[in-house]
Amino acid sequence: MAKYLAKRAAAFVVIIFFVSLGTFFLVHLLPGNPALTILGPNANAHNIALIDKQLGLNRPLWTQYFIWLGNVLHGNLGQSFVTRESVVSTIAHAFPIDLELVVISQIIAFAVAVPLALTAVRKPNGRFDRYSTAGTFAMLAMPPFIVAPVLVLLFAVNTHIFPGPASYVPLAQNFWSNIHTMILPALVLALGSIVIYYRLLRNDLISTLQEDFILMARSKGLSDRRILLRHALRPSSISLLASAGINIGSLIAGAFVVEYLLQLPGLGYALVNSINQDDYVTVQGIVLVVAVAVVLINFLVDFLFTIVDPRISRD
Amino acid sequence: MTYPPAASDPQSAVPLLEVTELSTSFRTGRGLLKAVDRVSFRLGRGRTIGVVGESGSGKTVLARTVMGLLAGSNVEKTGSVRFEGQELLGAPNSELRSLWGARMAMIFQDPMTALNPVMRIGRQITESLRLHLDIDRSEARATAVSLLAQVGIPSPEERYGSFPGELSGGMRQRVMIAIALACSPRLLLADEPTTGLDVTVQAQILDLLGSLQYERNMAMVLVTHDLGVVATRTDDIVVMYAGRIVEMAPTSRLFSSMAMPYTEALLASTPRLSNPSHTRLAAIEGRPPDLTALPPGCPFAPRCRYAQDLCRRAAPPLVTAERPDHLYACWYPLGARTGPAPVSHSVSS
Ligand SMILES: Nc1ncnc2c1ncn2[C@@H]1O[C@H](COP(=O)(O)OP(=O)(O)OP(=O)(O)O)[C@@H](O)[C@H]1O
Ligand SMILES: [Mg+2]
Repeated sequence: MAKYLAKRAAAFVVIIFFVSLGTFFLVHLLPGNPALTILGPNANAHNIALIDKQLGLNRPLWTQYFIWLGNVLHGNLGQSFVTRESVVSTIAHAFPIDLELVVISQIIAFAVAVPLALTAVRKPNGRFDRYSTAGTFAMLAMPPFIVAPVLVLLFAVNTHIFPGPASYVPLAQNFWSNIHTMILPALVLALGSIVIYYRLLRNDLISTLQEDFILMARSKGLSDRRILLRHALRPSSISLLASAGINIGSLIAGAFVVEYLLQLPGLGYALVNSINQDDYVTVQGIVLVVAVAVVLINFLVDFLFTIVDPRISRD
Repeated sequence: MTYPPAASDPQSAVPLLEVTELSTSFRTGRGLLKAVDRVSFRLGRGRTIGVVGESGSGKTVLARTVMGLLAGSNVEKTGSVRFEGQELLGAPNSELRSLWGARMAMIFQDPMTALNPVMRIGRQITESLRLHLDIDRSEARATAVSLLAQVGIPSPEERYGSFPGELSGGMRQRVMIAIALACSPRLLLADEPTTGLDVTVQAQILDLLGSLQYERNMAMVLVTHDLGVVATRTDDIVVMYAGRIVEMAPTSRLFSSMAMPYTEALLASTPRLSNPSHTRLAAIEGRPPDLTALPPGCPFAPRCRYAQDLCRRAAPPLVTAERPDHLYACWYPLGARTGPAPVSHSVSS
């Protein structure tokens, strides 16, 4: 176990190093010049050189990278030239919103997909199975930029069940109204996951139910429900977990879109703003944090596998 | 635990298990496949019946049909299975569930696939205990540990928390036995409980089953393709071919005067104990018949070295030999051949 963790930690450090490299150099390829942005109308060759020197932009790119990396390791992601705000504090404000959005969307996705799959496999290709398959595929066919306005129209404008866009309430201010405002965006984000999770779990359950150990469980006199929940579900959830893990990256991307559509002040919102303002220090910080988060979550999922299924070795 | 002797049992007149004209067919793409064809036998309390037959002869399907485990839209069952006087064929699932694990239990053919790979073996035992016996968690745990000890698993306390993947084949088979015996069933259906294990382990497992059976006065249907296995461990033997009973007799009688050429061929192909590499039957020459399209005569005739014209024309009925407890389905039974032999005997061989 300790060996397993040490190995994973080493792999983690290596991956993060490459992520930081990628982040730094990619962002430096973005068009735009920070000195120009800062100086505005006062831009001339002399002033630009001055600012570049001040910011260290006249040094070789590699030197800049190591200075930046050193700062990052000390928890300092720099300061925006545009807003003068520290990038860490921008992220600290915005990131919890993404996290919450993703977590709630995944809770919704599992809460819908798992019972749906469990019910469908009681009669594979039965009526329920066929309808939920059709229904989930319909969800997959609808992109967020269509679903979001429709749901807003249905639940916010027409019925006022949920608040509309741009009505974000911070979690610390009021827990329930915060959750209330998050449900609609989370639902939009969840739709894509539901179909994937449902199909994977349904198919894996059906093949697990053919196994001898299921017949063995039946021969003990266990009820169908118990067999499904206690014997079939766990060995059938590996691909589900794997896809949930892999899905995290696209979920964050999806969250950015949803934030933009529904005016939630999360990282995606901040990212779009900083790109528009050539605020590459902030862009850099956000990209790095997101990349690290994705890697971290994938490691967690890997680790979860070994707990869910003892057949997967930790070595 | 003690059991009343059979004589004082009020129901002793009724056999524990009575199977009558039982047939099981599968609807397949190629037509109706009759996997079990009009099988009848009885089994008394505490007794053991051996079911032997080559691969594909319908042993597993028979055992599962008796238990009531075969279900599905493509399965057709007819006949009767009476367990302690109660009809099981067509009984509702809820009724069967209260018997399964508690009064009748099954050991599956392959210990590698019949245990849940992601559940600790202790749990796999206690779930049955907790379901059928009114006991709490710690009692169930203690019982499970003692069951593991009884089936000969070393350090049962530690093994209680193991996953099946951490155990050898022999140990898994012992775990299966522990699961099956957990609630002291009256009837155990053991489907090839030792196939795939090496010979010394085979003998150990069979001895273990025998002694546990004796202790608990439990009846057993011992399914195997190996006549050697049933030779010393059963009261009666049923020989199956192509889903049918082709010979049935008390064990000693069967070995002293077997009537069917097929039984003889089975015996000839029995793996020797001195040949440990052998786990699968050294097949009888020729191929088993296609169960969706049986030939008109004796299904074994194409492979039988004694077969004659009659054999290919008409299927022999299951009849009694000179003794009422010995049944066979053969026009030219082995023993009779030494007497006034059928004319073409020398021709066909
Ligand atoms: N679910 C099923 N659908 C269709 N055919 C089946 C099914 N189960 C079994 N059969 C067929 O029934 C026949 C008897 O199979 P069975 O498994 O009972 O043989 P067996 O005597 O147990 O053989 P083995 O020694 O290999 O275990 C075989 O021809 C098999 O193909
Ligand atoms: Mg079998």
